[in-house]
Amino acid sequence: MNRKTNLTLLFSWGNPSRGDDAIGPTIYESLQQETLADVDLLTDFQLQIEHAIDLERRERVLFIDASVSALSPFEFSRLQAAEDESYTSHAMSPASLLCVYEKINRQAALPAFMLSVRGYEFDLGLPLSEKAKANMNQAINFIQQLVSRSTEDWNKLAEP
Amino acid sequence: MSGELETANNPENLERIVIEPVTRVEGHGKVTLLQDKNKQIRQARLHIVEFRGFEKFIQGRPYWELPVLVQRLCGICPVSHHLAAAKATDMLVGTQQLTATAEKIRRLMHFGQTLQSHALHFFHLCSPDLLFGFDDEVRHRNIVGVIEDHPEIARQGVLLRKYGQQVIQLTSGKRIHGTGAIPGGVNKSLSREEVDFLLKDIEQIISWSVDAVMLIKRIFFEQLDYHLAFATIDSNMLSMVRSDGAFDIYDGGLRARDKNGNTIFDHNDYTGYTDYIKEGVKNWSYMKFPFIESIGAENGWYRVGPLARVNNCDFFDTPLAEKERLEFKAIGNGRPVQSTLGYHWARLIELLHCSEAIKQLLHDPDISGNDLISKGAMQNCGISVIEAPRGTLFHHYEIDDDGIVNKANLIVSTTNNNQAMNESIRQVASHYLDGNQLTEPLLNQIEVAIRAYDPCLSCATHAMGKMPLEISLLDENDKPVDRLHKRATGHIERTL
Repeated sequence: MNRKTNLTLLFSWGNPSRGDDAIGPTIYESLQQETLADVDLLTDFQLQIEHAIDLERRERVLFIDASVSALSPFEFSRLQAAEDESYTSHAMSPASLLCVYEKINRQAALPAFMLSVRGYEFDLGLPLSEKAKANMNQAINFIQQLVSRSTEDWNKLAEP
Repeated sequence: MSGELETANNPENLERIVIEPVTRVEGHGKVTLLQDKNKQIRQARLHIVEFRGFEKFIQGRPYWELPVLVQRLCGICPVSHHLAAAKATDMLVGTQQLTATAEKIRRLMHFGQTLQSHALHFFHLCSPDLLFGFDDEVRHRNIVGVIEDHPEIARQGVLLRKYGQQVIQLTSGKRIHGTGAIPGGVNKSLSREEVDFLLKDIEQIISWSVDAVMLIKRIFFEQLDYHLAFATIDSNMLSMVRSDGAFDIYDGGLRARDKNGNTIFDHNDYTGYTDYIKEGVKNWSYMKFPFIESIGAENGWYRVGPLARVNNCDFFDTPLAEKERLEFKAIGNGRPVQSTLGYHWARLIELLHCSEAIKQLLHDPDISGNDLISKGAMQNCGISVIEAPRGTLFHHYEIDDDGIVNKANLIVSTTNNNQAMNESIRQVASHYLDGNQLTEPLLNQIEVAIRAYDPCLSCATHAMGKMPLEISLLDENDKPVDRLHKRATGHIERTL
């Protein structure tokens, strides 16, 4: 129950039974099969306030989620803490989660990045679409290379 | 009791005001208000579009998958569906009585789920309304506003929720998609190490829960008349109670009482729910409208959830929650508390009860037992009811001889509160909306009324949480005559 906290957190989310919303948890399952040094994997249905605790004692975090608007196959970007409309729902955006982190810890958020993998269909009961699978496989390759690189490199890669 | 405003006699002469989506509730919702030519509210409807496909998703699957499968129906309350499905499959596998360990582990999981759900609702979703008032700037009325002004409360909310999640994780085996409850029992009990892990923080959790109840009482009594009147409606109330009348969210009989507290039925066997609960349909909503058959569709609708449960039960079997229940009940002056904002108070009494009950169970040696499963002769029908955080939840399955589900019927908590939410919206609209000029405070008040029920309007999808609030005013021919675009920052712009 109390185990070592690794410095890099890969946090994916989504509902495995809502079509391409499964991209996040499927990436989680795939990465679980691999040995990634100094990396913790986490997944959930959606982001929530208590996940701010999961960000503590980390050096960096990569959020991984399906996106209805990202360019195919995926977009990689730097995140900043921000108050946004996701405060108004049961679920939160990564930026708003970082904001909660800053407020409850009274310190700036850790370096945070977003991998938005393009999905297409999100209805209940649908499987992952073939196009989403292809995007997801490219995203997994990208993550595998990313985790061994420095945060400075992540910043460079995330530049628009 | 069904309001005279629901269906206007001459809708062709009405203007329609559409508010969508409702913020700070799950999923996509919109509110339609129809005005007559005198600018009076004649119709109010909460449209919920996401409760489609549940049964289809389930049909054709083997029954033993149900407790895991149904968690994917909803990202907000997966544990409620997990436990409800497990109870129904108990019936399918012929379990007459769970083992003591199995029942207590399930109860512990359920208390953890209710604790974390109530903590989220109060500290994250609703405390901004209550702490800052409904007219406060929207940007301030969110969790960040709470953190800035009340940092200790926000931190406690996060940690209470985290604790509830830990209870779920240890009882269900996984952080999400847990497999703890299985047909006929559970697949694990708690080790001594796990019990000690949860015990070390429980006194703090109880203390914070007490503080939360004190906070809501202080808020409530500061403007008692207002809180008693806002969005308040007279309704029947439905909930489960233990055989001795005690508050029980896991198992028991169904009790329904009318607006004055008179018993409609009591200790009803939930497996016969189709004999006394009917599900009405309306042509403007995908969601059904359940009602008590003996009273009829017109007046037989009811409220479920914390308000109904705390009103309906005879007592809590934990001392701190029972003390708070008595104080809560006193404001009803001999009648059930019908205040819609009373949901918040009742919810926190339940939060306190969950904390106390978790402590009791953690000291019960049965939760570390090894007798986990009991089964009997297979049956083709399984029906269960549990009290989910938002209210009474029905699961009903029928399987063929190969164990494949060929019929499924779910009545989720938000559906049970469907008519009641419409009634509360109508009450607010009738009091505060007049003319065709929508203002932000007026919209906030409608949303506050809906949020009191803590509705879960859909599951996690990527369209959720990204849409700003939009208000359209339509004339009697559905032609938009005005539209306001309300951003989460509180900025409003006219877009038509």
